Amino acid sequence: MSRQRDAAVLALPVGERDHAHGPANAPVTLVEYGDFECPHCRRAYPIVKEVQNRLGPRLRFVFRNFPLTELHPHAQHAAEVAEAAGAQGRFWDMHDRLFERQFALADDNLIEYATDLGLDAARVARELATHTYKAKVRDDFMSGVRSGVNGTPTFFINGERHDQAWDVEPLAVAVEDAARHS
Amino acid sequence: MTEAMTPVTGGPVAPGTRAPDFTMHSTPDQTVSLRDLRGRPVILAFYPADWSPVCGDQMALYNEILPEFQRFGAELLGISVDGVWCHLAFAQNRRLHFPLLADFEPKGAVARRYGVYREGDGTSERALFVLDADGIVRWSYVSPIGVNPGADGILRALEALATPRGRG
Repeated sequence: MSRQRDAAVLALPVGERDHAHGPANAPVTLVEYGDFECPHCRRAYPIVKEVQNRLGPRLRFVFRNFPLTELHPHAQHAAEVAEAAGAQGRFWDMHDRLFERQFALADDNLIEYATDLGLDAARVARELATHTYKAKVRDDFMSGVRSGVNGTPTFFINGERHDQAWDVEPLAVAVEDAARHS
Repeated sequence: MTEAMTPVTGGPVAPGTRAPDFTMHSTPDQTVSLRDLRGRPVILAFYPADWSPVCGDQMALYNEILPEFQRFGAELLGISVDGVWCHLAFAQNRRLHFPLLADFEPKGAVARRYGVYREGDGTSERALFVLDADGIVRWSYVSPIGVNPGADGILRALEALATPRGRG
């Protein structure tokens, strides 16, 4: 008969390769697989911020790239530029900027954001042109596929896929639950 | 469709069973027959309907992962009860690079033969089948209502096929 299975779990544990916001020893780790050009991820962006505010240091948030490149022509380059910013220690600033400026994600815009954020924009442009972070983005994507990511955004709470709604309340409640049970 | 009907009750066609053959339209003037795909693994992805209101829906997701399926030489077929014109528009909109088959007339007949038709809803389940090169079902999975199953199970099944033990 068909094989039913338990909830999907994160195949690649959070580690050094990840961009994490919040303490490493936080009782809850929330992982988002997202796409900077996905409107649903854009909608999730302030929701995650609100959950981060509520949980404070009890939450570690990790963002991994899951660009749906057939649907979103700018998603791959946006992800690579976020990684390029990350290499200069500014991943989260670029993450925020990309979601806030989702309507303008052409290559010129991406380099402009690097300049605005005070990054070495020439380096970002070079790394984008040579696809320095293409493999990293692909690794993120494949780790998501292996974990049962089924669209964007997909969230994992302490390693388990969150299949419920992700408006502020359900997400905050699920994260609080995980904090209590850890 | 000349083969004997598989019982509708009793859940999805079980692993180890020969996959029921079918011929369905993939475009208004083209058909796909399962028997023509012997010699390579086949992934059958039954889904309820075109135009789910999310991006990164199941078919769009598989579209992104297509190169991984192709590494195993596998053929992916999406199947729903939508008609060919609906499939055509959906596939163009989502830029899908694999066929969508119309289980349209008689409606849901193939889904019934695979044991994954939902009577009340008039659609199929979200059900996945991985067939080996000989057309035998090696893995199947029916997703809970409303949950898009992702692709991890398919990839594990294809890996199992690719190892000698998995062929046994």
